[in-house]
Amino acid sequence: MKFGYYPGCSLSGTAKEFDLSLKEVIGVLNSNLEEINDWSCCGASSAHILSHLLAVALPARNILLAKKQGLNNVVAPCAACYNRLLTSQHELKLDEKIRIKTEELLEEKYTDGIEICNLIQLFEKIGTDNIKALVKTDLSGLKAACYYGCLLLRPSEITKFDDNEDPSSMERIVNAAGAKAVDWSFKTECCGASHSFPHVEIVEKLSKSILDNAIHHNADVIITACPMCHANLDMRQKNIIKHNAGQKSIPVLYLTQLLGIAFGIDFNKLGLNRHTIDPAPLIKEKIKRIQLREAVV
Amino acid sequence: MRIGVFTCHCGENIGKTVDCPAVSKAVADIPGVVHSEDYKYMCSDPGQNLIKQAIKEKNLDAVVVGSCSPHMHEKTFRKACSSVGINPYMVEIANLREHCSWIHDDIPSATQKALDLLRFAIERVKFNEALTPIKVPVTKRALVIGGGISGIQASLDIANSGFEVILVEKEPSIGGHMSQLSETFPTLDCSQCILTPRMVEVYQHPKIKLMSYSEVENVEGFIGNFIVKIRKKARYVKDELCTGCGLCFQKCPIKKVALSEFDEGLTTRPAMYVPFPQAVPNIPVIDKSVCTYFKNGKCQMCKKVCGRDAIDFEQQDTFIEENIGAIIIATGYKLYTIDKKPEGSIYEGYGEYGYGKYRDVINGLQFERIASASGPTSGEILRPSDKTVPKKIVFIQCVGSRDESKGFSYCSKICCMYTAKHAMLYKHKVHGGEAYVFYMDIRAGGKMYEEFVRRAIEEDGVKYIRGRVSRIYEENGKLIVKGEDTIAGLKVEIDADMVVLATAMIAQQEAPKLAQMLGVPYDKHGFLQEVHPKLRPVETSSGGIFLAGACHSPRDIPESVAMASAAAAKALVLFGSDVLEREPVVARVNESTCAGCFYCKKVCAYNAIEVKEIKDRQGNVLKVVAYVNSGLCQGCGTCNATCPSKSVELIGFKDDQIYAQIHAFAEV
Repeated sequence: MKFGYYPGCSLSGTAKEFDLSLKEVIGVLNSNLEEINDWSCCGASSAHILSHLLAVALPARNILLAKKQGLNNVVAPCAACYNRLLTSQHELKLDEKIRIKTEELLEEKYTDGIEICNLIQLFEKIGTDNIKALVKTDLSGLKAACYYGCLLLRPSEITKFDDNEDPSSMERIVNAAGAKAVDWSFKTECCGASHSFPHVEIVEKLSKSILDNAIHHNADVIITACPMCHANLDMRQKNIIKHNAGQKSIPVLYLTQLLGIAFGIDFNKLGLNRHTIDPAPLIKEKIKRIQLREAVV
Repeated sequence: MRIGVFTCHCGENIGKTVDCPAVSKAVADIPGVVHSEDYKYMCSDPGQNLIKQAIKEKNLDAVVVGSCSPHMHEKTFRKACSSVGINPYMVEIANLREHCSWIHDDIPSATQKALDLLRFAIERVKFNEALTPIKVPVTKRALVIGGGISGIQASLDIANSGFEVILVEKEPSIGGHMSQLSETFPTLDCSQCILTPRMVEVYQHPKIKLMSYSEVENVEGFIGNFIVKIRKKARYVKDELCTGCGLCFQKCPIKKVALSEFDEGLTTRPAMYVPFPQAVPNIPVIDKSVCTYFKNGKCQMCKKVCGRDAIDFEQQDTFIEENIGAIIIATGYKLYTIDKKPEGSIYEGYGEYGYGKYRDVINGLQFERIASASGPTSGEILRPSDKTVPKKIVFIQCVGSRDESKGFSYCSKICCMYTAKHAMLYKHKVHGGEAYVFYMDIRAGGKMYEEFVRRAIEEDGVKYIRGRVSRIYEENGKLIVKGEDTIAGLKVEIDADMVVLATAMIAQQEAPKLAQMLGVPYDKHGFLQEVHPKLRPVETSSGGIFLAGACHSPRDIPESVAMASAAAAKALVLFGSDVLEREPVVARVNESTCAGCFYCKKVCAYNAIEVKEIKDRQGNVLKVVAYVNSGLCQGCGTCNATCPSKSVELIGFKDDQIYAQIHAFAEV
């Protein structure tokens, strides 16, 4: 299967490991990604605070580029990019005024017709059976808490994806990869998002409650599909541990990294070495324990 | 023809945008018009007298009134005219208010339009003919659909007036939701104690034929003359032999096979059961889907123990046809399903509240069963999960109601009251327990209702928090309820033992299907529609069909009972006369030109077209033609428009009349 690929800034920068692992996994799954040529910023959080028009027009430019390139299925792995692209599509469809203004700004006619999908939808399209068939490493000892955050699910009338209050689509992918998805309570709680810059203390408080809940429900790792969530849960975790006595650490993986591990891809190729909380020792131990058990049997 | 034209100002309603005196003057010149005048309120007594006087003085034989919609005053003017000898069908209304003055603001063009509308009506009335109403007999027997408190009340009222009633209930027993309730607000009297005598009265009443476990299959006919087909579902028990001893279901070995409908899934029931001990009729049913005999032909334990040989595994659904004069729909409501959004459902669901996931998150009806003396815990307040007494309980109002983004725009109306009642019952039964209620507003409009809520707060110490709950999750055996207190402006977190959701009342799933069968309109939520929200609240647009209770909109017991009595009174009005007068606006076939193609029969929605044979004196069939049964014809005109040889005309809306109007329009 071929998919258009919109990496956005995160996957070409701070979330490089997301990009690396995605490409590795896609390769194993016999699919390929074709990057949109000359893609630009989706506007992220900054554009829609400053200019509504820009927040619609920036994603629209990328949609038009994809269309011209003949890419009808575009995957935007970053949850924020996904959300912005969909919101722009939604507004351009419903609001004629903003469409006309956007067309003036872009100096071309806007036509829709491409499908934007998020990371989970990408794997749903490839199919859980195809994922299951390629699993090489037994991850049945690994308990994973799937964390969705907000941007994949909200607003539901735009994303139309899963049950926005009690989602379960990521769990199906994780289970297909052979790991055990745990039932926990904070799947959609706020991680603090971009407060990471002006109010670190809020992010630390919110992210701590998410980490605690995952640990409380006996998860070994947290799985995410959003670079912002990953940054808050992983990067801020060092400080959370420093500021809270007795705080346990828990690695945070991208969904693609978990799949990569299941497919037996080298850890460094998946960028596992790029995390603040190094997941490698824990994963290795889990795998070893299973191998030992199997050897005994 | 001598036509009189009367233009009404309707106070300022028409007069403000239409120059009525000018219009009145202009129409006077139209050929045929011998009298024209205008007046401030034509519908008033002096206004009507002007018309009557003109008819007498100028010897008029047709009248055109330029006024409000014919829905409002056509009857008034027809009556006035017929009192001085003009056939009521020689009166035409030009709608100058709804169709002109109310929707335009430019005086000259509105005046011109009013003049045009009057011209059309004048040209049309020239082709009107004198008609006499059709008289139809009335069958003085009522059908009540639904055996909840509304259906019970309506049935008793009609039967006590001496008329026959057929009460159809789809469940094995009558009683409806009221039989499931513990206590009732605002008096806290026991629901079953006040309901069961009524149920027994229905059963024993000589004028009421109770058909439980039955459904209305088909309805044909019209006001006063319905033919109703009822499906009596197979119970697999001969009701004429069964004494209700209960031995069969006590001995049924397939014990805990299905969730009890009556206990809202909190308990189980056997394959053979009566819904509850006070069921009326007290005749059990076999649930075919779970009975071992129906699955693999073994068991027959019930048959073996029955001393009356009343068990009949061969029983089939039977159909009964009844002639009915009036129908009362009292099909009630159901509670919104509130767990996760089901695949393909139009409902969003409330996954964040964990209903269906956490056993101690329950809905209002489930709490009723827990609080009820006849319930699974004999009235002791215990959590469903571990049967312990909840020390802290949270009630959440407006789950689905007043929530356009996820639920329904309307208010379910009863939840403020029953939540106060629930909290109160809890406080009375669990001393030292803490009860919290999350609410948006408290809507306690009703006699002694506000006082009841204040009692819950002030005397029983229930803590009311204004705000919504965002999430409920389980942590260490507690249900963590996260919400907002919008008065204090604070986040609230309560570690509750049990949560009760006051979920929205929604229409029965089958309501639209039934409504379509009966020709009754319904709204987007599936609630049935009355003709007029204020002045005709229990009548539907289908003559002879009335509404009672929560099938119309969410309502509580007193309101349902009042509405049921109102619907019964409307049916009794109908039964008060031996014949009914119907509008003579029906289709008529020109038998000499009819070719007998019967396209009309194919398109008729009311089965009013019959096949008629035209014979010579020797009895040889010369040809077959269409014939309109004027009792069934509703005057919709579809046959008129379909007929290829223009052999069908609609009396009162003949082609001549319509073309005259169109020609008048073309002359402009």
